[in-house]
Amino acid sequence: MAKTPVTFTLNGREAATFVDPAANLLDVLRRGLGDLSPKYGCGQGTCGACTVLIDGEPHLSCVTLAETIEGRTVETTNGLQDSAGLHPLQQAFMDGFAAQCGYCTPGMLMAAKALLDRNPSPSREEVIDAIAGNVCRCTGYEPIVDAILTAARAPRRTG
Amino acid sequence: MAVEFRKDLFADERDDDLNEIGQPIIRQDILGHVTGRSPFYDDHLYDGLLFMRCVRSPHHHARIRSVDAAAAERMPGVIRLIRPQDVPVNLNTLLSLISFGRDDEPLLAEHRVAYKGEPVMAIIATSDRAALDAVARVRVDYEELPHVLDVEDALKPEAPVVNETYPNNTFDYHDRYDHQKLRFGDVEAAFAQADHIVEGEYQMSPIEQAPIETCGAIAAPETNDRYVCHTSTQALFFSLGTTAKLLDMPSSRLHFIGGTVGGGFGGKVDSHHEPMAVLGAMLTGKPVKYMWDRAEEMQVGAPRGGERWRLKDGVMRDGRIIARAFTGFFDAGAYTRLSSYAVQKATGHLPGPYMIPNVASNVYCVYTNRTPSTAMRGFGITAVDFAIECHMDKAAETVGMDPIELRILNAYRDGDMKAHRRAAKNCALIESCQVVAQKSGWPLSAEAMAQSSLFGGGIGERGVIPETVTDQAGQIGERKRSGLAPEPFAGATARGHVPAGTATDHPATGNAPQREDMEIEAERLGFKVTRGASAPGQTPASPMPQPQPAATVAPAAPRPGAGPAMPPAYTAPAPASQQPVAPPASTRPQPTPPTPPAAPAPAPAAEPYKPEQPFQRGVKRPGVSRFISGSRRR
Repeated sequence: MAKTPVTFTLNGREAATFVDPAANLLDVLRRGLGDLSPKYGCGQGTCGACTVLIDGEPHLSCVTLAETIEGRTVETTNGLQDSAGLHPLQQAFMDGFAAQCGYCTPGMLMAAKALLDRNPSPSREEVIDAIAGNVCRCTGYEPIVDAILTAARAPRRTG
Repeated sequence: MAVEFRKDLFADERDDDLNEIGQPIIRQDILGHVTGRSPFYDDHLYDGLLFMRCVRSPHHHARIRSVDAAAAERMPGVIRLIRPQDVPVNLNTLLSLISFGRDDEPLLAEHRVAYKGEPVMAIIATSDRAALDAVARVRVDYEELPHVLDVEDALKPEAPVVNETYPNNTFDYHDRYDHQKLRFGDVEAAFAQADHIVEGEYQMSPIEQAPIETCGAIAAPETNDRYVCHTSTQALFFSLGTTAKLLDMPSSRLHFIGGTVGGGFGGKVDSHHEPMAVLGAMLTGKPVKYMWDRAEEMQVGAPRGGERWRLKDGVMRDGRIIARAFTGFFDAGAYTRLSSYAVQKATGHLPGPYMIPNVASNVYCVYTNRTPSTAMRGFGITAVDFAIECHMDKAAETVGMDPIELRILNAYRDGDMKAHRRAAKNCALIESCQVVAQKSGWPLSAEAMAQSSLFGGGIGERGVIPETVTDQAGQIGERKRSGLAPEPFAGATARGHVPAGTATDHPATGNAPQREDMEIEAERLGFKVTRGASAPGQTPASPMPQPQPAATVAPAAPRPGAGPAMPPAYTAPAPASQQPVAPPASTRPQPTPPTPPAAPAPAPAAEPYKPEQPFQRGVKRPGVSRFISGSRRR
């Protein structure tokens, strides 16, 4: 099978790899590029653990063909933290006990980031709607919703 | 007897004033979670990783006539097939590590499959896709067999044998019975005396744990002839021991790494992936991953077992429950896993947190052609608690009583003899009921609010083991031969008697070991054991005190302030006098004369629990921790 070259921007840096025709973005990110932050939960686009941002919009990487991200911008939890420290969402999840086993957390964070990037002051209902595609089995959704609202109120970071 | 706090046991070595509750705390592992860097088993990258997939039975029950894997073997990317014959010891039961039960489950089924999804072969390939494609090319010739999916159908004589190790479709208890028995007092005699008989049947379905991270393991050869295994297991040493047994190798050759689990809830204790992955690494010399996809997690991942419970209560007009009988059916699925233990756990929990003087139960661990069951959050307790609490409401409705007051009336109090022949201690059901009622604005009578777990328990008959009627019904194999329906307690077979006694002199129990063990441990480790008056060894040796007004009976466990006199409903229950074989009259107490209703005159040391006030803190003792000073090691 002929592999296809794909170049895209991953967390602000240029990434290039060869992918199999049917390869999904989750496998390419994890095994091809070593970004282990998106998680496999269902492989069928129902649990949200593999959520990444493509051009700022949340996508389920397990059902996204890797070839389709040519020239686009991908963000994962791995890139949330910068030289200034943790992203306000990460800090709020930590302070608010919004992760227990931690397996759904990277997907939750990306779904939440997509929301806050386009709507810096969401209502509780908007937060609930934004993470409606992300399943959590141990933490419970209340602390997660609270943490996202807390992050929305946190002082804006520059840059 | 004051409430016994664990922290009092460690008071001189730990500065512990329990001031963390209600305070925000940062989880020690949460930085890894929010940065996506917590090392779940699948986050370990290996060059040249191989992928394992299983060929699974599409039938509930079938004989395997033949397996043709020639086409699969020729598929591109296929490295190795693993057949049942490749497993060094292809029969195991999880609890064999603690010598409980017989080996009854193969890692890969060779001659017969007993549930839909049971693996019969594994294929290792260079990609997950290639392994799946090869699995699809394996042709297994099955001869379908009759199957049984209902626990009670499985007990019928004509039912197919699910598990050849247990041909009666029930786990064998104590090498004698096809069920776990509990007998305490005489339920049949008490039912004859009861004002009402309340019966009910309750069913709980199997429940899948459904962790977001599916079960799996990655194994790879290490140097020094060892194998490393990254696993999602909740029970690392369990998985280590099981792998060592199935692969017939010393555990010193296995380097297991776990501890980061993407949700488990009990579903990650079955130790199936680790032996498969390590076997794959042994046979290929390469790193191998064996991971369930979501469909496998839901179909073959062992759920919480379904349970069916029948309860029969003998209830007096005033709300006292004088007898309770249980018949339980625990659906183990096709193999034992942990269900045999769940049944024992359930039996130890009966009759719930209530002082019921006559209790009997027959609980069956039943094999059916369903997915094997395993652990999940309180398994063995959850379903029977559901049944018990539904039944309490039904009993309350029958006698026209408030359901919370009925619970308070029948609740265990400190010193009460439990059906499994230990004195109850640290009871809190009454207080829990009071708090629930208060928080939910549910009105309770002043009398119910004045009750406390600290007094009224262990008095008279409440503190002793009653004379107990036994039977031999349900011996292993009997049901299958005779077609006898599992209706217990009918007295059809020989009934024996175990005389009454206390926990310390009772022939069936002997000395309760815990306290002594604790004291030996305390001596060895230098812990300070609270010298309370609650030790079973200090209860009066006299088996059955003659009935007297409750307020003047010396409680089994003397405590400061005897508490107010109990209302009639709280005194020793009326005896079950219609024994088929009459015991000596002198040991049968007469009905207790009514005592005056409760006059709330609490002694300072036995004040009713006030839900709005926190528990009194223990005395903090100054001193350096032995853990720090090193003087703890003697």
